Amino acid sequence: MKKRIGLLFIVQRSLRQHALSTLITTLSIALGTGLVMAVIAIRAQSVSAFTGGPIGFDAVLGARGSPLQLVLNTVFHLETSPGNIPWTMYQAVQSDPRVELAIPYALGDNYYGFRIVGTTTALFTEFEYRKGVRFRTEGDGRFFDPDRQEAVIGSFAAQKLGLKVGDTFKPYHGLVFDESMQHDEQYTVVGVLEPTNSPSDRVIWIPIEGVYRLEGHVLRGSGEEYIARPGQEIPDVHKEVSAVMLKFRNPQIGFMMDATINKQGKVATLAWPIGAVMAGLFDKIGWMNQILALVSYLVVLVAAGSILASIYNSINERRREFAILRSLGARRKTVFTVIVLEAASIAAFGVIIGFIVYGAIFTSASAIVRAQTGIVLDLLQFQPVFVVAPICIILLGVVAGVVPAFKAYQTDVATNLTPIS
Amino acid sequence: MSLLTVTNLEKAYASPEGSQSRIINVPHFEMDAGKQIALRGSSGAGKTTFLNLIAGILQADRGHIVVAGEEMTGLGESERDRLRAHYIGYIFQTFNLLAGYTALENVMLGMMFGTGIDTNFARHLLERVGLGDRMQYRPSQLSVGQQQRVAVARAIANRPRLVLADEPTGNLDYHHANEAVTLIREICHENSAALLIVSHDSEVLGQFEEAKDFAQVNCV
Ligand SMILES: Nc1ncnc2c1ncn2[C@@H]1O[C@H](COP(=O)(O)OP(=O)(O)OP(=O)(O)O)[C@@H](O)[C@H]1O
Ligand SMILES: [Mg+2]
Repeated sequence: MKKRIGLLFIVQRSLRQHALSTLITTLSIALGTGLVMAVIAIRAQSVSAFTGGPIGFDAVLGARGSPLQLVLNTVFHLETSPGNIPWTMYQAVQSDPRVELAIPYALGDNYYGFRIVGTTTALFTEFEYRKGVRFRTEGDGRFFDPDRQEAVIGSFAAQKLGLKVGDTFKPYHGLVFDESMQHDEQYTVVGVLEPTNSPSDRVIWIPIEGVYRLEGHVLRGSGEEYIARPGQEIPDVHKEVSAVMLKFRNPQIGFMMDATINKQGKVATLAWPIGAVMAGLFDKIGWMNQILALVSYLVVLVAAGSILASIYNSINERRREFAILRSLGARRKTVFTVIVLEAASIAAFGVIIGFIVYGAIFTSASAIVRAQTGIVLDLLQFQPVFVVAPICIILLGVVAGVVPAFKAYQTDVATNLTPIS
Repeated sequence: MSLLTVTNLEKAYASPEGSQSRIINVPHFEMDAGKQIALRGSSGAGKTTFLNLIAGILQADRGHIVVAGEEMTGLGESERDRLRAHYIGYIFQTFNLLAGYTALENVMLGMMFGTGIDTNFARHLLERVGLGDRMQYRPSQLSVGQQQRVAVARAIANRPRLVLADEPTGNLDYHHANEAVTLIREICHENSAALLIVSHDSEVLGQFEEAKDFAQVNCV
């Protein structure tokens, strides 16, 4: 035991003597470790968040087109809308006994880039975005009255827009913010939702009726154009929705509806299951992640190479030191062990600092993901890579140490004891 | 009992031209425990080679070296390392202190591979050689004489049975050389270690009752 402590003492001393190269190699290992862990953890967490996160719906019914676009547009509030479907389709699925929950969305407006979604109060009273968890308003807020110009705001949007209960705002037309497109109707914030760490945090919810009545909105539910007039009820035939968010009573229903709507029908698309649609997206962009992973592995390799090179280069100047240690009774394999331990310690310190690098990369990446999608990635969520990467990288450090260690191992005592050599 | 017995020891080096030149040929050399012997020899006579053979740093071509009852010749390198760590302390002409370590740490390194680190004994030794106030100094911060005394303390740190001193005063002036040899002799005596010192400095050797010409020991 004493001897082990002694060896570590020698290791620590020589790392300190070569402080600059120790520092640089440690930092490069840290960078590599942090990159590997961040790339893998961010990928794992975004895949699980986007394919099975706090979505709460099984399927989306929308206009004929790409299911992926439909899902991105409605579940994640990204992308443009592929078009509308008539209100009657909503009524049909809503009255379908196989459907547990059907919630209509009407999109097409924004407020400073944050989307305004027209919907029904079922979103607040029946929808569970996570099993057993419904939307809740903060403090003294409440949900909107479907007959009034009232709005409920997601937490992230409220924070960014600085809107709170009692504030008013006028929506802008279109999904993309354009200053010249402001509507005249004024909405009053009646509630701010508690954070859900889901895309809903970036949404402004208003009654669906309100969307129909925004000036300049043309309804084509019946095939003909119709413009709502104040004080006049809108006939159901003219109404239309961008999508209907669905929850089924059991999974088999998805198969049946997929068959009737997607395979036999021609007017609408059922994006189902949502997780599989998103998984398809990740499969498509998987190569990008592979490149990132490859780059991070290369950084680790280069870092291990720099450990090898820097220690290897120091061996010549340290031959006398090894000879002296040998003359004091150290064995060849002791010298070998010292060098391997040096390489391993650099790798180990690098790995420890690597967790800080991971934290930094992850935090900035997740800030971007949150701003873009509302999904919050959890820095501290355990990933197997947190164990696998450090072990592999330290082992790699050991391997990198073997080459210079062997060179040190070969040091001849007698010829290196004299100061000339 | 004899601490060190050397019989028919031979060692040759390959000269740069390729031929073998025999440097060491010692038919018989013996030392009792606790004894102090000085060998006088001219430069290039093979004194360092002889000590390195005894220390097990060099492998003999032929013959026997027995230290403290253990036959050294024929042992593998790591066994010789072990014997050296346990039985032998070595003082070099150039001291060979490790630059990155303090005086105290240098002495402790002398213990590490043998009996194990005993910080109190290391401190005691440095105080004994008059460096109680210099323990945390690095070799570069010490005078040559002080460095030499650290080397002396380190050689004894492992409580060796035999201390080998190779021209230990070569870097010191006359006055200090005598002082240093006196110190080495005393400290070896106090720690019941035998002392084999080689030098070409007749003045230093004058202190020893038993001083031999290396040429008589080594018949090349
Ligand atoms: N590795 C080597 N290869 C070839 N010849 C060597 C080697 N080491 C020493 N020699 C030769 O062996 C001889 C003895 O060397 P050694 O160092 O033992 O002498 P020494 O008596 O200690 O001399 P000095 O008093 O100058 O230190 C010298 O002639 C030297 O050239
Ligand atoms: Mg010599």
